[in-house]
Amino acid sequence: MTDTKNLAINFLHLALKNPLVLASGILGTSPSLMERVALAGAGAITSKSCGPEARAGHDNPVALAWQGGVINAIGLTNPGADEEVPLLAETKGRLSVLGVPLFASIFAPTLEQFGEVARIISKAQPDLIEVNISCPNVASEFGTPFSASEKSAAEVTRAVRRATSLPISIKLSPNVPNIAAIARAVVDEGADAITAVNTMPAMLIDAYAGMPILKNRTGGLSGPALKPIALRCVAEIAQQVAVPIVGTGGVMSGVDAAEMIMAGATLVGVGSAVWQDGPQAFTRINAELSQFMQIAGYQKVEEIRGNALR
Amino acid sequence: MSNKGLFTSFKVTKSRVENAHTKTLIFNAPLKDAYPGQFVMAWLPGIGEKPFSISGNDPLSLTICDIGPVSHALCQLAEGAPVGVRGPFGQGFTLLGKNHILVGGGYGAAPLFYLAQQARQLSHKVQVCLGAKTKADLLMVQQFKDLSCQVSIATEDGSLGETGFVTKALEMATEAQYPTGVYACGPTGMLLAINQFYQNQQLSTQLSFEALIRCGIGLCGSCELTEAICTEINAPKGWLVCKDGPVFQTQTGSIA
Repeated sequence: MTDTKNLAINFLHLALKNPLVLASGILGTSPSLMERVALAGAGAITSKSCGPEARAGHDNPVALAWQGGVINAIGLTNPGADEEVPLLAETKGRLSVLGVPLFASIFAPTLEQFGEVARIISKAQPDLIEVNISCPNVASEFGTPFSASEKSAAEVTRAVRRATSLPISIKLSPNVPNIAAIARAVVDEGADAITAVNTMPAMLIDAYAGMPILKNRTGGLSGPALKPIALRCVAEIAQQVAVPIVGTGGVMSGVDAAEMIMAGATLVGVGSAVWQDGPQAFTRINAELSQFMQIAGYQKVEEIRGNALR
Repeated sequence: MSNKGLFTSFKVTKSRVENAHTKTLIFNAPLKDAYPGQFVMAWLPGIGEKPFSISGNDPLSLTICDIGPVSHALCQLAEGAPVGVRGPFGQGFTLLGKNHILVGGGYGAAPLFYLAQQARQLSHKVQVCLGAKTKADLLMVQQFKDLSCQVSIATEDGSLGETGFVTKALEMATEAQYPTGVYACGPTGMLLAINQFYQNQQLSTQLSFEALIRCGIGLCGSCELTEAICTEINAPKGWLVCKDGPVFQTQTGSIA
């Protein structure tokens, strides 16, 4: 096994073994699955987004792999905040033993409920709350995502900031004209970090069927097709705010992860890569990143952060 | 990156009635790269998509039990109707040795039929134990016989074969001839009973689990086996039916 000691990194008050984070929405549904991904080498784990009430999610088809990656409209399936607390508490206990922090993702349809869910989820004492204001798949129920404007993104941040003393990261959408301005607005309201980006709203059509493939018609695009968009977003945010960024979008390899860090990310979200390799994607990407650093002559991950922005 | 994740349009060429609520749809072509125990997602645009195990692939056949809106619509399809199919997905069965016992509970018989075809093509010996609630719920009994498989039957109400669960027929079949491989598909309780039965006999069993499959590509977590089941069969925690399975090979022993 490759020695990956050169990947150790600090993020906020946390010391991580490596910068790879399981992205929200991928296998973050149970203590056993999150433990499995941690054992495979994730530096931190983000749970599946949890809202105020239980949701079954959308009907099938909900996810497909295509030439450029994955498209999904799972529809925020979750057990509701009260049910989620014991699951997260159990997960936190198991991950602590492994030295892997737990990030708890939350969503809500209203500002008030964002505060309420943050308060409830804080009882499980996750290491960070990731505030998902950018799910592209629930607009028909919840309206325009809060990530769409500086004002609404800031309002959610304020509501969550008041509701919890835990560190918070706001998860932004790539589907905006000026993501850096939105990052600025949420940092001004007390966000400790930024997660960028969520999936990009997209559609696949089946020509033989003559209709969109996903039952929800549209879904979130992730995987290789998203990477150049995510790199651009992270670079713009890194030049605007000083808080650490969890750079997420299309990271499938160690070199992809290096590029994301060079764009200004401190941590790197990994999601769609799990579709190719299962949880072992973390083992592989860590080894590749470590090897890249050795070959390119870097001792520590910090040495490459933001290099592409000079 | 491949196109494997997207739908291919197949056409129904004929259907075969298996019992009062089950039909096998036979399509116009085989599914590339498939092997027994794997599954596909079948999509009827505007209605929905569901996972189905492959019950034959020369050409592709899916055995559909009419239990919900998608399966109901599939069972109504006429000759020539198109069905979107993506896959094959998951890890299937691997034939071990040349003397096999196949155990099917209810519609668990379907993927075993594809496996029986493969084994018989190789001239292996195949015993099939089929169980169901009643005689009317049994599936594919004659098809297995037509492949020259030895078939034993158990029904819960005793309307055909042994009275009781399929494990009873299995015990008798094992007594008659010790297998080199055991392959099972059916309700979880049946799979766990089979696991227990063979645990101390130095025989690895291949158990095909059923679960709520949504994404089908190992991302959403819906099909995770519970920790209790994983512990009982000695599977790694967080085992996913759609990607790690549906077939789990138990590690209790190895073939001599």
